[in-house]
Amino acid sequence: MTLLITVFAAIAATLAWYFKNNGKYCLGTLCLMYWGASIMWFVDAIFEYAEAGAEFFEPAGKDMLNDAFLGISVVALGLIIWLVVLIVKDPDGRLKSLLKSQKAV
Amino acid sequence: MACFLVPTAEAVVVTIVSKVLDHKDASKTQEVDASKISEKIPFARKLKWLNGMLWGGSALLAFEHVWHGEVTPWFPFLTAMGSEADAMEMFHEMATAGVMMAVLVTAVWGIMCVAADIIMKKAAKKELAGGKAS
Repeated sequence: MTLLITVFAAIAATLAWYFKNNGKYCLGTLCLMYWGASIMWFVDAIFEYAEAGAEFFEPAGKDMLNDAFLGISVVALGLIIWLVVLIVKDPDGRLKSLLKSQKAV
Repeated sequence: MACFLVPTAEAVVVTIVSKVLDHKDASKTQEVDASKISEKIPFARKLKWLNGMLWGGSALLAFEHVWHGEVTPWFPFLTAMGSEADAMEMFHEMATAGVMMAVLVTAVWGIMCVAADIIMKKAAKKELAGGKAS
């Protein structure tokens, strides 16, 4: 479930990057982060499948809920990291102008 | 258990190599063929893609390990280090799943690089053909 949610987040981020990217808002960073995590979880899933067999596809309801909760938290963490990168880079200079105006007052 | 440490270690190495390449590029001023610049994406830029995937993936995976209680904020930071049997299992997981993660991410990056070069080459050829036609 975590893998699935991360893959969907990676696809959404990639679509946003493809259609809206002008290199300004670091959408590439978000894509790379989600795709990197998706590949790593995919490997994890392969090893789990090798261990558990067909049972891997029949998780208990409680486990699925926990994994979904984890997946959503992971997506949120990815967005937070991206937001921090965006604010630090400040492509539109909004933060800079805001701080300058604060200094003037 | 601690499989994310292998891609993290690779991310550290890639970051160092990327910084060295950036430093070299900044300090080196040489004449380069203009046609080559437009056709190929610099290797330092491609390394940044690998860096993004490795650091991003490792960070999110580390969070998952914290979630499952496998990583703690106190020494020895990894719960598997508590006993020798758990530690051996952890090292085995690092050597199998961890290495496979690093290899697969690097392989995907390699495919990305080749695809990007092909796209750039095709675009340059198209541009050249368009220029000749007009």
